[in-house]
Amino acid sequence: MADKIATRQAYGDALAEFGAIYPDLVVLDADLAGATKTGVFKKAFPDRFFDCGIAEGNMMCVAAGLSTTGKIPFASSFAMFAAGRAFEQVRNAIGYPHLNVKIGATHAGISVGEDGATHQCLEDIAIMRTIPGMVVINPADATEARAAVEAAIKYVGPVYLRFGRAAVPVLFDKATYKFEIGKGIQMNEGRDVTIVANGLMVEQALAARELLANEGIDAAVINMPTVKPIDSEIIINAAKKTGAIVTAEEHNIIGGLGSAVAEVVCENMPVPVVRVGTNDVFGRSGKVPPLLEMYGLTAKNICESAKKAIALKK
Amino acid sequence: MTPEKKNQLKKTANNVRLSILEAVYSASSGHPGGSLSVADILTYLYFEEMNIDPKDPKKEDRDRFVLSKGHTSPALYSVLAERGFFPKSDIKTFRHIDSYLQGHPDMKHTPGVDMSSGSLGQGMSVACGMALSAKISGKNYRVYSALGDGEIQEGQIWEAAMFAGHYHLDNLCIVVDNNNLQIDGRITDVMNPHPIDEKFKAFGFEVMVIDGHDFDQIEAAYKKAKETKGKPFAIIAKTIKGKGVSFMEDQASWHGTAPNEEQYQAAVKELTANN
Repeated sequence: MADKIATRQAYGDALAEFGAIYPDLVVLDADLAGATKTGVFKKAFPDRFFDCGIAEGNMMCVAAGLSTTGKIPFASSFAMFAAGRAFEQVRNAIGYPHLNVKIGATHAGISVGEDGATHQCLEDIAIMRTIPGMVVINPADATEARAAVEAAIKYVGPVYLRFGRAAVPVLFDKATYKFEIGKGIQMNEGRDVTIVANGLMVEQALAARELLANEGIDAAVINMPTVKPIDSEIIINAAKKTGAIVTAEEHNIIGGLGSAVAEVVCENMPVPVVRVGTNDVFGRSGKVPPLLEMYGLTAKNICESAKKAIALKK
Repeated sequence: MTPEKKNQLKKTANNVRLSILEAVYSASSGHPGGSLSVADILTYLYFEEMNIDPKDPKKEDRDRFVLSKGHTSPALYSVLAERGFFPKSDIKTFRHIDSYLQGHPDMKHTPGVDMSSGSLGQGMSVACGMALSAKISGKNYRVYSALGDGEIQEGQIWEAAMFAGHYHLDNLCIVVDNNNLQIDGRITDVMNPHPIDEKFKAFGFEVMVIDGHDFDQIEAAYKKAKETKGKPFAIIAKTIKGKGVSFMEDQASWHGTAPNEEQYQAAVKELTANN
């Protein structure tokens, strides 16, 4: 599986694929259809695609209105503007009435790359998961992104879907992969520590497991695409079994996956949790691999954190 | 409009005003001023204009209404109760902890409320979404929304206006309750939104300026809105904040203040005299 596909590409393809099955599926964008890949849907179903222009707040509320009449709207923009700019519209017009709106947020995280800090949203998971009833999903690869879109269509209620700009390896086989909202996926068993990751950090977590194995450390890996509702059961089991947890996400360590996992661990099965993510800083322009290195989002960083977590056990 | 019909509407609107006062008095909070200014318009919408059924509040082909100026929920609740969507006796539970009549409209718990609203600037966008949906599906229902004249200071109103014009939402009819006052004072002192009619025209609307307390003019405006094809319709309704209660009229201080007992009794007396 050497193929590399951006999750935003999988998102656009999935919209077009499921648009043929679900006649009520309607897609909105805010002048970024080429980048968010909703343009794929637009080409297939021009009568069900509506550009809202550069006006994200209005777009979210238009989506809310569409949903009250039985449509299944996907509203798309970059994560920075979908979750950031339009936060209050999402909170009040979609979250509060628990409307059936799907937010397709692309270009999330530092892997936006060259556009730099203004466009690298590292806070979206945190703010979206504070909205009561909001489902928050951050897929790891194209297979999972497609499955998440399908699950979001079938689920009745608001869903925030987070996609990346950069091409990432396809980790899962479309034929066998099963996605369920709120369920983590045990990728590997392990004895000493559990790495809980999502998004493009799943690839890094799997690489970290290999590196740790070379040092005689047996790490379990859990892929956690749904940050809300979080899979408490798989986390508590991991805490019981391995006694130490590392989280890895392309997001600020404040408020995202690391926080969600720590909340479950603290309240149910206290063990050390060490978080890998951006350390409460803004990003900058650059190519993706050096950015991931500069901001501590690599397998090496996960290894160091794993050792720290293991040390804290004693 | 026949004199009989007009008298009936006036009577209904008067009852709506009494309910508005009962709501804010019972809650010791709420927004009487803008509720009283929009009362005639909402009365007309729910008693004459809209295709709705109090016995089937969610019927699919119903006309929709979004109270974009959601803080004037007492007006909406009073009209809905008067129209039979829920018991009038529940009006006095407004804003109470065990009531379904929330401070701002809540579509999840209140029969007849098509959209939760209250955060200014958002309702008109939602109304656009509802109108767009009808266009996509080839349905005939119409979508109505009421905006405050202070509310249109929100940038999102103009995002929505651009959207409505761009997609030729001729099934959308908004009304601006132009009572000239907002919390901090006169709209022209706080942040002047004039010329309101020219602005909506520039965004692709057909516009009509009316006296928002004259049922003949209200009827004429909604009739013209229905006849207008290819463009959304905006009614700029010149109104008086606090209309119907003399000591509340044209006073910004009654934007978000409930009457005390003495004031409430005086208001009830004044309105009851009209019946």
